[in-house]
Amino acid sequence: MYTQGLDSLGKECVHTAAGDTAALEARFQGKVDADEKIEPKDWMPDAYRQTLIRQISQHAHSEIVGMLPEGNWISRAPTLRRKAVLIAKVQDEGGHGMYLYSAAETLGIEREQMLEQLLAGTAKYSSIFNYPTLTWADIGAIGWLVDGAAIMNQIPICRCSYGPYARAMVRICKEESFHQRQGFEIMLALARGTPEQQAMAQDALNRWWWPSIMMFGPSDTESRHTAQSMRWKIKRFTNDELRQKFIDITAPQAQFLGLQIPDPDLAWDESTQHFKFGQIDWSEFQAVLKGHGPCNRERLEARRSAHENGRWVREAAAAHAEKQRARAQRAA
Amino acid sequence: MSNDWPLYEVFIRSRSGLEHKHVGSLHAADAAMAVEHARDVYTRRQEGVSIWVMRSSDIVASDPTDADALFEPARDKVYRHPTFYAIPDEVKNL
Repeated sequence: MYTQGLDSLGKECVHTAAGDTAALEARFQGKVDADEKIEPKDWMPDAYRQTLIRQISQHAHSEIVGMLPEGNWISRAPTLRRKAVLIAKVQDEGGHGMYLYSAAETLGIEREQMLEQLLAGTAKYSSIFNYPTLTWADIGAIGWLVDGAAIMNQIPICRCSYGPYARAMVRICKEESFHQRQGFEIMLALARGTPEQQAMAQDALNRWWWPSIMMFGPSDTESRHTAQSMRWKIKRFTNDELRQKFIDITAPQAQFLGLQIPDPDLAWDESTQHFKFGQIDWSEFQAVLKGHGPCNRERLEARRSAHENGRWVREAAAAHAEKQRARAQRAA
Repeated sequence: MSNDWPLYEVFIRSRSGLEHKHVGSLHAADAAMAVEHARDVYTRRQEGVSIWVMRSSDIVASDPTDADALFEPARDKVYRHPTFYAIPDEVKNL
């Protein structure tokens, strides 16, 4: 494991008396304030470590579960080109999950443990993936809106104070940039298509709009972790700031498509230079988070059966490696 | 006897926030000495803020003759790049 390798020289792993903790914390915060990165071997407050483990593993789980709603359409993509693109996108999500799990592992948690938490239903993942993908237009809406919102969230994390997370995020954002464009391209094709296709695009926007803007998380007044995470520079903008930015850039895009965002209160406010928008139904968000979304059970079931059905492959690989080792030993 | 000293690969983080990058290798009696030597050999002009070393014998590398089989399949997958998608100029922030 990564962390074990890093510990071998151990000089920085100072064992301290309780009195020194305040000094260590001051030094730690000083580094964060100076925009220096915290690396796996550096001293860090336990709460910082736990916050990052929670956030990075949730992020990783979201990438992995996020493969499911889109995977649903791979076999039914309308053309070979669309199918190749969708496969490439779902592959990327899987890869992003891997980058993130290994970033989390640098903090001392094991992959196995994170997988157990996901499969046991005790770990959270982005609530957006508990909605179904009913038509092909949903694949367009997901790329345009869901990936758009994810990019808005992730770009500031490229400057996060924890080095391995920030570096993983740079890689992810770079790869992610095609996801949103392919989604918009699908929406554009439908919006320029037959009346039925236009209706399909509008229906997808109707269903994905509110869940997408809920992706930024609870309002700042309700968000428990925001203040501390901003002090630690794990977060650079508040949930509401990012949500506003997203709405401001997305509303004109919807207009270009000739689609109607399903919010009667959405309007440009000349005085603030921002779009005003309607009340978010947070009871829906809370319900989906608690496991009562349309697909929560289906998603976890799919993950569990994938894990179970893959068990023999993992066991066979381990047995093969063991056999090779034994053979090499006998030969030596 | 330098021949008894194993080879170590050296990785340097050039400044805070960046990843460690491979810079070269050296011989040393053990890992601690490899770090000291790496400091002297590779960072005389403040090239780094952190050093990693690992035994060269622990590296498993791909076979250069496999390069085509490994990497050629990605060549025709241009749709993995954002420029593949034509978005009208009027649409901003995509």
